[in-house]
Amino acid sequence: MNASADALRATFSTAIGRAVESCGDTIVYIASDRVLDVLRWLRDTPGHQYNYLVDVTAVEYRDRERPLEVVYQVRSLERRVDLRVKVELDPQGDLTVDSVVPLWQGANWLEREVYDMFGVTFRGHPDLRRILMWETYAEGYPLRKDFPLRGRFSRAEQVRQALATNPEAHYSLEELSIADAFAELPEDMKERLRRGERGKLPHSE
Amino acid sequence: MSPRTVELELATPGLDADGNAVRVPLGAEPALAEEHMLVNLGPQHPATHGVLRLVVELDGETVVRVIPHLGYLHSGFEKLGEYRHYNQIIPLTDRTDYLSPMANNVGFALAAEKLMGIAITPRCTVLRVIACEMSRIISHMVWLGTTSIDLGAFTPFLWAFQERERIYNLQEMWTGARLTTSVTRVGGMMADIPDGFVDGLRQFTRTFPQTLAEIDRVLTRNAVWVGRTQGVGALTAQEAINNSLSGPMLRASGVPYDVRKDQPYLDYETYDFDVVVGEHGDVYDRYLVRLEECHQANRILAQALERLPDGPVNVADPRVILPPKSRAMNDMEAMIYHFKQVMEGVKAPVGEAYVGIENPKGELGNYLVSDGTAKPVRWRIRPPSFINLSALPRMAEGHLLSDLIAINASVDIVMGEVDR
Repeated sequence: MNASADALRATFSTAIGRAVESCGDTIVYIASDRVLDVLRWLRDTPGHQYNYLVDVTAVEYRDRERPLEVVYQVRSLERRVDLRVKVELDPQGDLTVDSVVPLWQGANWLEREVYDMFGVTFRGHPDLRRILMWETYAEGYPLRKDFPLRGRFSRAEQVRQALATNPEAHYSLEELSIADAFAELPEDMKERLRRGERGKLPHSE
Repeated sequence: MSPRTVELELATPGLDADGNAVRVPLGAEPALAEEHMLVNLGPQHPATHGVLRLVVELDGETVVRVIPHLGYLHSGFEKLGEYRHYNQIIPLTDRTDYLSPMANNVGFALAAEKLMGIAITPRCTVLRVIACEMSRIISHMVWLGTTSIDLGAFTPFLWAFQERERIYNLQEMWTGARLTTSVTRVGGMMADIPDGFVDGLRQFTRTFPQTLAEIDRVLTRNAVWVGRTQGVGALTAQEAINNSLSGPMLRASGVPYDVRKDQPYLDYETYDFDVVVGEHGDVYDRYLVRLEECHQANRILAQALERLPDGPVNVADPRVILPPKSRAMNDMEAMIYHFKQVMEGVKAPVGEAYVGIENPKGELGNYLVSDGTAKPVRWRIRPPSFINLSALPRMAEGHLLSDLIAINASVDIVMGEVDR
């Protein structure tokens, strides 16, 4: 068992849940509202120095009773030690945790991917948008267990949406404003972009 | 600033009253100084190495901001994995980082074996090292070739692809496929190496350094190459760590972290090789690191061939390894094992395992969570080139548009893995 697990419990007491070992890896469960504190402590405390964020991901179990877990894999490059920190969230409830981008820039895209695939919101993330699916993707969060393998919409609806894709939606409002092209767009299109409805089809499901 | 004296001849200049071509002095162009331009690069652009799309905000020729758009090659591998037996996932790993398929196969098999508590045979361990280092060489060769083409050098591309072709021939000998190798199985390999493979690989390790020396001679002190790469896209060690970079990207910034040395797997600690570390963290150092890593991979290959032990490739566990066909057809017990494996798959105990291996692009992590069934609850790939690419906007800021091409090339992305 990784010694940092006991040190965490000594420092944060009730914010630290159980610590378990699986296949030789130590997993520490922490309270969802203390993510930033705990990970900052792990990063900056001498003797622990988990200064490298290996991965951020999430796990949802087939058993609907079990909570959805957000998983942080951190590593101390000096000590060559890994630690896995988990946060449990209620999949039916509010899926929100603090973003760790203030600690590691590398978390930026990783958290965007978790948001994209699981619908977990990261509070304080500078740019929380979908990353692998397109921005107007309306079928939900693909890696959730209630998401069917072949997608939520019928094939006919998927094809219809693909064919009806709006070419104007290739640039975001922000990107268009860089190019000053926004001023030249037709009025109705401007209005829709302002309302954040870009790419949205008039009669989609 | 004084007006420029160079005159610009417009593409369709027209004629003035005297019938002379109209020449417009550069200074007389409308003031564009405050106007930022939006350039769309990709997804169908040869220098984006696949289907990466970059929306670039430019001030003149200087990059102000890069907004990457991903997902054009998203295939949902992680979702598919949740519906497949462990051995059925291995073909999916080929298709993530398709420039080093054998190393991906090894990475997944190691994670599944850690989860199931299987210890592989000595021969299999060495064969997997050979598979990983062959992948490293072909991946770095593709990187060298495509990057040199991006920067205008055509000859090294041909040399590099010729070497890659030789490894591909060996790969084809071994697995029957050049790209979709699926060479590992949980608990062993799909097949032992065929006759003539060792000789072929030994011949390769003897002659390969000559090509590296030629590439080195043509590029390393080449004024154009040096000018295009030195000081471009530099990241400090602190920035590289903070951005979670791994592999050659991390080491080029001066962080001596190599999974093979620091958290060894497949007995890498018993091989004699050096961890290649750069100093400046720019495109040039990344080039030097990858070039030298090819030498080191070649050294490891030579050592692995020397020590390749005889013996079985697969573990002697009928629960995970299919019995030979002849036994499955003639022996009742073997047939039952065959049936159970094919129909039910190999069950993994409840638990989870993370294994990171040093892939050519960086640390490839395979994170498997099992609920005791034959299919994982969650299969997560930690994609090295996805995470390395996330530092691209930071690296490219303030450089020229042409440098963006060099920086993007230096990340060594493969979109199959970025988008998964």
